[in-house]
Amino acid sequence: MARSVTTSRKSFNTIVAGVLGLLMFFPVLWIVILSFKSEGDAIRGPLEILFGSGWTTESYAAVQARSDYFKHFSNSLIISLGSTFLGLLIAIPAAWSMAFVPARRTKDVLMWMLSTKMLPPVGVLVPIYLIFRDLGILDTRTGLVIVLMLINLPIIVWMLYTYFREIPGEILEAARMDGATLREEVIHVLLPMAVPGMASTVLLNIILAWNEAFWTLNLTAAKAAPLTAFIASYSSPEGLFYAKLSAASVMAIAPILIMGWFSQKQLVRGLTFGAVK
Amino acid sequence: MATKASRSAARLMISPAVVLLLGWMLVPLSLTIYFSFLRYNLITPGANPFVGWENYYWFLTDPSFKAAMVNTLLLVGGVLLITVVGGILFALLLDQPMWGQGIIRIMAIAPFFVMPTVSGLVWKNMFMNPVNGIFGHIAQGLGVPPIDFFSQIPLLSIILIVSWQWLPFATLILLTALQSLDQEQLEAAEMDGARSLSRFYYIMLPHLARAITVVILIQTIFLLSIFAEILVTTNGGPGVSTTNLTYLIYVSSLLQFDVGIGSAGGVIAIILANIVAIFLMRMIGKNLDA
Repeated sequence: MARSVTTSRKSFNTIVAGVLGLLMFFPVLWIVILSFKSEGDAIRGPLEILFGSGWTTESYAAVQARSDYFKHFSNSLIISLGSTFLGLLIAIPAAWSMAFVPARRTKDVLMWMLSTKMLPPVGVLVPIYLIFRDLGILDTRTGLVIVLMLINLPIIVWMLYTYFREIPGEILEAARMDGATLREEVIHVLLPMAVPGMASTVLLNIILAWNEAFWTLNLTAAKAAPLTAFIASYSSPEGLFYAKLSAASVMAIAPILIMGWFSQKQLVRGLTFGAVK
Repeated sequence: MATKASRSAARLMISPAVVLLLGWMLVPLSLTIYFSFLRYNLITPGANPFVGWENYYWFLTDPSFKAAMVNTLLLVGGVLLITVVGGILFALLLDQPMWGQGIIRIMAIAPFFVMPTVSGLVWKNMFMNPVNGIFGHIAQGLGVPPIDFFSQIPLLSIILIVSWQWLPFATLILLTALQSLDQEQLEAAEMDGARSLSRFYYIMLPHLARAITVVILIQTIFLLSIFAEILVTTNGGPGVSTTNLTYLIYVSSLLQFDVGIGSAGGVIAIILANIVAIFLMRMIGKNLDA
């Protein structure tokens, strides 16, 4: 840091960037505000909403009183956690072996795995729908766990691979010299060093699975529908619903927003497959 | 040096992932191709005769296909234009010295974490609704007639919503790339009297070129598959004015139950996505060697 910056310049930057940042954030902020208003107030003018009306938590109570809110929330939770951890279980051995026992073909395998991610979901919508119908797993959490695990598996393998590759192989060799078995090597040496990378992989994949809205909308009806589908059911409403839609939306996005803020850096790594660092 | 035993152990460890992904790719893909040559409608049960290229013929000559292709191009192109240009400017700004940069950045990237159905509905109702939305209220306050976004400018409205979701992604990646720029190089250019515009054009832009390409390619892959935002806002309408290729295939297969035509559309979508994917893969592959 050699450059000195004048205070006025810095203030100017702060104000411009702050206003732009606030504009980007405004829709999120706005639904948080609306969610604490009554339905009658929520459709009034912005100034009246901000300064001329009371605050209430009735919309949250109303949304949670709908018998199905909790069901959708737990569906989202089970589907995103289930698919992430199932994916992790399959990806850890694969990423481990590619990072530490690279073969001639490793790069091709990685690239091929990535290429499966490029397949547009709509291109396989019909067969997946029919297969699921015939297997009887249409509109089940099991079905969605499987699909979301498969679509995110390349990202999980890829992210873990880039993290594992940063672990010095000499340490593993030293453990092996000291007589550690493969299992001990993985559990006592590799995992502790890989935990930060695995945590961010998990975080990013929960976010992706939680927000996934193609398969979750097309493969569910009533039983297994997660929050993406629950919110979509507000698209043809009757009567006043802005405050309830806001409350439901806030509850649907809050956990992910918080996780997302913690995983900004990993997001870049995970979604560009290491092409931008 | 890896031993022979560890090599076969490695192969064993990698195989579940490979087998699963291979199945995930090959089974549905070959079924899509197979179905695309059959007359196969879920409403009319019975034999599904082989009809050759008939489904492709119907899909490609359907006027909604042409409309959907145009909409897809406009949607992808429009969002790319807004997010890449906006992302560069925003990233340049966030790279400047300022107070509270962390908080500003957190606010700016928040839209990316909002689920698509929420952003679609929130923009549709709370902002773009001509009577109760904020834009409507503002127009009323100014005394001008409010815009009925989804009937007057339906596709542009979708482009705006999707751009709001993806601008943070472009900004975040370009900012990351910008921060890896060698500061001394910039300072040297400044000392030599390079003005800020030429510093941007000759030093920053070439440095960003790679990140910009990555942003364009990755976003294109995702933008080709935009679905939820259209489903909750316009259902593809009015008419077919917001129907993109993904939505058109969804309509033929799951609403009209025409598996044959839907599959033919699916094959076309796969071919289109692959053209983009080839370029993206080449870039990522190059980086893997480095």
